[in-house]
Amino acid sequence: MSLSQATVEKIQDYARRYPSAQSAILPALWAVQHEVGYVTSDGMREVAQHLGLPASLVEATSSFYSMYLTRPEGRHDAVMCVNVACALRGAEELFAYCEQRLGIRDGQTTSDGAITLRSTIECLGACGGAPMMQIDHRFEEDLTPERVNAIFERLRTEPAPSPEPPRPAAVPPTPTPAAKAAPKRPAGGSRPREKKADT
Amino acid sequence: MAEKKILTKDFGAPGLAHLAGYEQTGGYQAYQKALKELQPDALVEMVKKSGLRGRGGAGFGTGQKWSFLPKGVYPRYLVINADESEPGCFKDRYLLEASPHQVVEGLLIAAFAIGCNLAFIYIRGEYLPQHEALEWALAEARQAGYIGKNVLGSGFDVDVILHRGAGAYICGEETALLTSLEGYRGEPRLKPPFPAIKGLYGKPTVVNNVETVATLPHIVSNGPDWFATIGTETGKGTRLWCMSGHVNRPGNYEMEMGAPIRELIYDLGGGVWKNRKLKAFQPGGASMMVLLPQHLDVGLDFDAIQKAGSLAGAGAMVVMDETTCMVDMCRRYVEFFHHESCGKCTPCREGTFWMTNVLTRIEEGEGKAGDADLLLEMGNNIDGRSFCPLGDASTWFPRSCIKYFRDEFEQHVTEHACPFRKERVMVA
Repeated sequence: MSLSQATVEKIQDYARRYPSAQSAILPALWAVQHEVGYVTSDGMREVAQHLGLPASLVEATSSFYSMYLTRPEGRHDAVMCVNVACALRGAEELFAYCEQRLGIRDGQTTSDGAITLRSTIECLGACGGAPMMQIDHRFEEDLTPERVNAIFERLRTEPAPSPEPPRPAAVPPTPTPAAKAAPKRPAGGSRPREKKADT
Repeated sequence: MAEKKILTKDFGAPGLAHLAGYEQTGGYQAYQKALKELQPDALVEMVKKSGLRGRGGAGFGTGQKWSFLPKGVYPRYLVINADESEPGCFKDRYLLEASPHQVVEGLLIAAFAIGCNLAFIYIRGEYLPQHEALEWALAEARQAGYIGKNVLGSGFDVDVILHRGAGAYICGEETALLTSLEGYRGEPRLKPPFPAIKGLYGKPTVVNNVETVATLPHIVSNGPDWFATIGTETGKGTRLWCMSGHVNRPGNYEMEMGAPIRELIYDLGGGVWKNRKLKAFQPGGASMMVLLPQHLDVGLDFDAIQKAGSLAGAGAMVVMDETTCMVDMCRRYVEFFHHESCGKCTPCREGTFWMTNVLTRIEEGEGKAGDADLLLEMGNNIDGRSFCPLGDASTWFPRSCIKYFRDEFEQHVTEHACPFRKERVMVA
């Protein structure tokens, strides 16, 4: 395996930006995952080579962090938090529903390769919008079985997300205050909302 | 009582996430004032005088932390801790998403105050939209000349690197964060030496929380005396409280320090959902001790919450109604700490494993007589003997639950089942 020129340049750029090339390991591994989809020993060896570090060091660092994938996964990642704040609002029951709906268990990928489903005990920072999921690292909050159905339906046909989030151009557009403006959904669950009908 | 909005007062203003919108609310005025009218030392004094205490968990005086940097030792680094991972906390996410420039402005003021030319923001890997918001904000600030060489003709050079983590709760602990930023496994280091003396790359380093630096522009603009009039004797200003769980209106609420917990849960949060009774609540985050309805009039501030037997931590407020099984909550939290233990020290690595096992067997109806005491004994052996606060803190919630809800633990054992789990479906 060999990384693309663009990825290699990115890694070399990281190495120059930090006071120490070793600090570029995490961003370099992200770059590999963005290109390949996951990080193998080959990927780690290449990172080591471009940063001028021993491969063992890159592997030691990489294996500590849970977000570097070690094998190919579905086009979309669906991760549901089941820690306390989410569990209090039914996350575990809803996760069981997700498994049933997709016909897969925790950690598995649907047979069409569209969705990898996972539960996590690691809080994802949307306790106010529980139960919640991150779909390709974007927040979906206040979930119900109906909303989950609609999300899965969409993911079945949607292409994989762009591996790299859109980067600001050299000259960022200056939006008119009303136009592009604030985030689409100003922190849904992290913002006080109107009272909902209680059931 | 309403919220007291300082950090969030302009949230919802058009285009606030972008430079033009932020500047329309007076953004970057404080930074310019600091560069033009104030000397770094004066800024440090100003922040000391304001009484601002860190919002990341420990509540240490921000100005005091800055003044620990040894004189004349350069380079020195500023690292903003945006690795918000404490279960129950989602305030930094909100601040970064709604007004990333407020955080960047605060960062730049802090960098100028401590004489730092290269600052870092360490953001958790899961916060992708917030990462993007910051990336845009930094690019805009760079273009506007707020970041770069000789900022606005002041002679101050500053650059900022946005660093993305990759899924490790422990990296929120400041020394683990620095180790991670250096490209190692995110394991904590021994203190002392504290980061102020020997931090990133062995250089003097200040680690500040997102909410802490987001407060700085307001202190610079309005003065430390204004800030010191808000809050209590020992807790100044406002804090964002991240409310979740069994409450009608969960979400972030900015409140004056010292406002009673009752106002947060009942007036702002609309009380307990489904007309149920309040059983318990937990301030601070996963690590912190549980409190009871009898503590509702305790003030939301560092010292008052500590006096009541818990800690304000990173500003969570998890509300639990009468149907909540405290054993199950303990099991989840301890399982989380076990999952996130870095493995460096034995009390934490092994202790959280065994506590998870015992809590699981109690919850599954296979507990033994004396298990509650066994948990207490384990907790006492982990707390104070772990390398970093992760291990210590893994024991605080379960121990406080045994203190207040021992009957519940014993009921699980004698009935060989969880009394709260009726038709709940369990997923392994």
